[in-house]
Amino acid sequence: MKTSFVLGALTVAGLAAGAAAAGTLDDVKARGTLNCGVSTGLVGFAAPNASGEWEGFDVGLCRAVAAAVLGDSNAVEFIPTTGKTRFTALASGEVDLLARNTTWTFSRDVDLKFEFTGVNYYDGQGFMVPTELGVSSAKELDGATVCIQTGTTTELNLADFFRSNNMNYEPVPIETNAEAQQQYLAGACDVYTTDASGLAATRATFENPGAHVVLPEIISKEPLGPLVRHGDNNWGDIVRWTLNALITAEELGVTSANMAEMASGTNNPEINRLLGTEGTLGEMLGLDAEWAQRALAVGGNYGELFEANIGASTPIGLARGLNAQWKNGGLLYSPPFR
Amino acid sequence: MSTLTDPRKESFSVSMLIYDTRYRSTTIQIFVLVLVLMVVFWLIRNTAQNLSDLGKPIEFGFLLEPSSYDINQRLLDYSSRDTHLRASLLGLLNTFVVAFLGCITALILGVLIGVARLSKNWLVARIMTVYVEMFRNVPVLLWIVLAMAIMIESLPTPKAFRGENATASMYFSDSVAITNRGIYIPEPLFSNSLGNLSFLGDSSVRFDISLDLMLIIAVLIAGFWTSSRINSWASKTQNETGIRPTVWYWRLSVVLLPLLVVLYYTGFHLGYPALKGFNFQGGTYLRNSLIALWLALSLYTAAFIAENVRAGILAISKGQSEAAASLGLRPGPTMNLVILPQALRVIIPPLISQFLNLTKNSSLAIAVGYMDITGTLGGITLNQTGRELEAILMMMLIYLSVSLTISALMNWYNNSVKLVER
Amino acid sequence: MSDTSFVRQEMLSEQPAPASSVGFLGWIKNNLFSTWFNSILTVIALGFVWYILAGVLPWTFLSVWNAGSLSECREIARQVWGESHGHACWAVINDRWIQLLFGFYPSHLYWRPILAFVLLGFALAPVLFPQSSRKLLILSGLYPFILPWLMWGGSIWSPIMALIGFVMGYLAIKNLSERIGQLGAIFSSIFAAFLWWLLIGPVFVDLLSANIPIALESVASRDFGGFVLALLIGIVAIVCSLPIGIILALGRQSDLIIVKAFSVAFIEFIRGVPLITLLFVASLLLNLFLPPGTEFDIILRVMIMVTLFSSAYMAEVIRGGLAALPKGQYEGADSLGLDYWQAQRLIIMPQALKVSIPGIVSTFIGLFKDTTLVSIIGLMDPLGLSQGIRANAEWNGIYWELFAFIALLFFVVCFSMSRYSMYLERKLQTDHR
Repeated sequence: MKTSFVLGALTVAGLAAGAAAAGTLDDVKARGTLNCGVSTGLVGFAAPNASGEWEGFDVGLCRAVAAAVLGDSNAVEFIPTTGKTRFTALASGEVDLLARNTTWTFSRDVDLKFEFTGVNYYDGQGFMVPTELGVSSAKELDGATVCIQTGTTTELNLADFFRSNNMNYEPVPIETNAEAQQQYLAGACDVYTTDASGLAATRATFENPGAHVVLPEIISKEPLGPLVRHGDNNWGDIVRWTLNALITAEELGVTSANMAEMASGTNNPEINRLLGTEGTLGEMLGLDAEWAQRALAVGGNYGELFEANIGASTPIGLARGLNAQWKNGGLLYSPPFR
Repeated sequence: MSTLTDPRKESFSVSMLIYDTRYRSTTIQIFVLVLVLMVVFWLIRNTAQNLSDLGKPIEFGFLLEPSSYDINQRLLDYSSRDTHLRASLLGLLNTFVVAFLGCITALILGVLIGVARLSKNWLVARIMTVYVEMFRNVPVLLWIVLAMAIMIESLPTPKAFRGENATASMYFSDSVAITNRGIYIPEPLFSNSLGNLSFLGDSSVRFDISLDLMLIIAVLIAGFWTSSRINSWASKTQNETGIRPTVWYWRLSVVLLPLLVVLYYTGFHLGYPALKGFNFQGGTYLRNSLIALWLALSLYTAAFIAENVRAGILAISKGQSEAAASLGLRPGPTMNLVILPQALRVIIPPLISQFLNLTKNSSLAIAVGYMDITGTLGGITLNQTGRELEAILMMMLIYLSVSLTISALMNWYNNSVKLVER
Repeated sequence: MSDTSFVRQEMLSEQPAPASSVGFLGWIKNNLFSTWFNSILTVIALGFVWYILAGVLPWTFLSVWNAGSLSECREIARQVWGESHGHACWAVINDRWIQLLFGFYPSHLYWRPILAFVLLGFALAPVLFPQSSRKLLILSGLYPFILPWLMWGGSIWSPIMALIGFVMGYLAIKNLSERIGQLGAIFSSIFAAFLWWLLIGPVFVDLLSANIPIALESVASRDFGGFVLALLIGIVAIVCSLPIGIILALGRQSDLIIVKAFSVAFIEFIRGVPLITLLFVASLLLNLFLPPGTEFDIILRVMIMVTLFSSAYMAEVIRGGLAALPKGQYEGADSLGLDYWQAQRLIIMPQALKVSIPGIVSTFIGLFKDTTLVSIIGLMDPLGLSQGIRANAEWNGIYWELFAFIALLFFVVCFSMSRYSMYLERKLQTDHR
């Protein structure tokens, strides 16, 4: 495809002089790796471990897509992006898929020309305060100093919340979660606000988690999901249905443990269609029949991914809450595989 | 009967463009011009193509939309309903604040440290050397982050001031509070204020000027002017009569008395910070991000300035001060008239570039959450509007014009103190 | 009048100096307590040093070296020293130092960056220490091609073909300048080189790699991280900016108005904006400026922008070197009948560059420190990695230890380079007297 050639010592190993190929899927297949944009480090969602491998809930989705498309869950290049660089990285084609706790909003979907392919975590912005402050509601925060992580919708929600409640506050905008957390712990701010999942994750790692309380108010809707570029519908479908496959698998009780057994055929036609033993869903996506099996083999279904990375058994200890299956009172509701 | 006439009119040939030194330079220049223009045109065409592919034509309309975010340090009035343009303006002013404070502190510290490095006291000289090497050889970004960390970790929280058994207390009879959120100092207030003069109505660049402040400045200028008139009158009298009349109390009173009168009538008093609710209220609030940035930038730059100062002083040979001594000059005039003017000539040019560096490094404010122009226009505004090209270009142009202005001003000053070489 | 009342007949025997002015005491008196002001200064300074050391030393040395996570660290510290705070948890460095140094570079290939930096030492030796063997100069010439091959891997033929491109350009100059003149030769050599790189070379690379596959395992540049990334960005930028800087400096000194105007505009523009804005350009805009579909990865884009940045500073350093040359050198070259390029090549540049070496070294130090800024745009340099490490559940909340380690790394490298630069400056000074 591309003749990559080293142009002197100056532009080493890059200058791939190729034209933009028609489809992202073809690009990914030709390249042999999936370029996945993740956060530079967010507990439970994406962070490199000691051996340099990325781990986390968002990372799990990237790996599932890579497994579905390329058959290898390690054929992923994780590209750390900041709140500022993430959209450019996606728009410029540097990443094929952005799985970075990105809130699905109108303007991002329409004005910035991206396509959100679903929601992998329903979140909302909350507040955390030290217990000793004696605050029990966000409405009592008039005059407080609030630490915010910038580059997100957080600062906008916060400004709206305080304005509509006629309260004053002192915003302390901070780039990274780690710095914000440090300021909060040192008492340089009274309140720390970010997505509720982030608050829980942050609180879990404190020396003394009991000394901090997450206030009941959730001031915004933050549906976080993976997104791709506008206009490549086939690729969007692949990402969307990989996510849906993970969710449906949990609903249907397909886990990484019993998948091999189920793949030999079950009485439930939807499981058969999902695992490719019946119908031609894989071909319609431009993949083979076992795509969903491979995606599920990486880290299991949605529930397993959740439990392994951010669930109650991990230090982060998030409850399923809104992210439970619809049958259990949550919002996860995948369209049927049919 | 000169045989030499005009050179023979050669017929012009194309090869002359390269081989004839008369034309060659023009050829090269036109070639370079065409090349550069082609590259520029190529870049612009690519950009236009890419932007239209993305569906994001260049337009600056986003600047007039509401910003929807808050800025903590505001030199002008601002709310989240104001425009992105106003947010950028506030950011720019914040950049100026930290750059200005940083340059002054860095200069003072740098001179002190530079002189102390040459001190005869071995210990002091060594400490200063360690200081200079430590600060010069570690990235400024790290210093900024560390300064912030030290501030928030080592200073007491406002909570510590509360209650019966408070662990921290305010300084200077309850007028200054040093907390890890920043420092609160008394603010000047006027109970019979003359009010403000508002300019530019409701636009995004509106600003107010405090009439009280203007009046005070006017009175001070008038006072100093009168004082200098009195001084020259005294000198004139001395020249004529040989006796200098004692005028210092006159000079002092023409400056101070009108000022006191103005302060009295405008009802000048200090507003003290007091712990109320979550934070201290009242007083002037220097945020921890400002202080950390200011400290780190000035400590870092001071290490470089110290080296310049030291080099400047060392560059003046010992003979200069000995010659001055042999002319009968005392140490004071020796410093003022002989050493300093020459040392300045060496020190000022690198000093200019240090000031420029400090101003540019202030863009790292983003690391501690200080809302300068990089934090507003290049930060939240850029993130929220997705207008990367416009925002970054504007930011670069602003920094460029600030840098060029500073260097023009400083060069002008440099030329005015430069010794005329013969 | 010969009865002078007293004339000393013999010399008094030499007295030992008073105990207070020799030896240790004397040194103390002279250097620390010579005047009352000095004594006060000494006491204050001693108090200051004591204050700092009393805070830092226990923290540094009464510390935990082996633990799996921060909470484990805290537990160990509590067991050993009780409830007192202020014990460093170096276990995080113990756990992650390899990552902080090498980033995500594949661990079985660590020998490649190490070899690259060792070779760099040899390649720089002839430039930095004139007494070293001249044969090493060959290595210096080849190093720009060895470095990328070692770091990025891939077929050996790519760097070789790139090298041949330069050889082609050189041959073109050498053979054609007799026939079509200097200027024409320069243009045709540039043309020849680009022709080779863009059209002929790739064909050869494909052919040769298919038939004689000598290749190192490829490493994508986004696997670079940690201190290796910082060093690499610094080295690539400084090496590439040297030729650009020379051209810009010559352009700025030139009599050709348009050339001069462009050079000045470029230099002043780059020097007038902060590096962080250029990094924003690299991360957000550079792709917009290039033809649709061009893909550069972010590290390469950053290298390009940092190279442009440092070439403006390099140009100013070299301009300083040019200005330091006495006018006689230019006139001497003219009087020998050398043309512009010959004069630059044989007379001006060798001297100007030699004078500029200290300036180049300090530009490099500054640039190397500035590479920490790439963490702001999300690259995993040591600072960026420290954020990633703190985002792990085990190390969340750790702070000083990582920064102290990173600061130490930078300090060691920058300090030794600045010492070298001072040594060089002293040596150059004596040369000129």
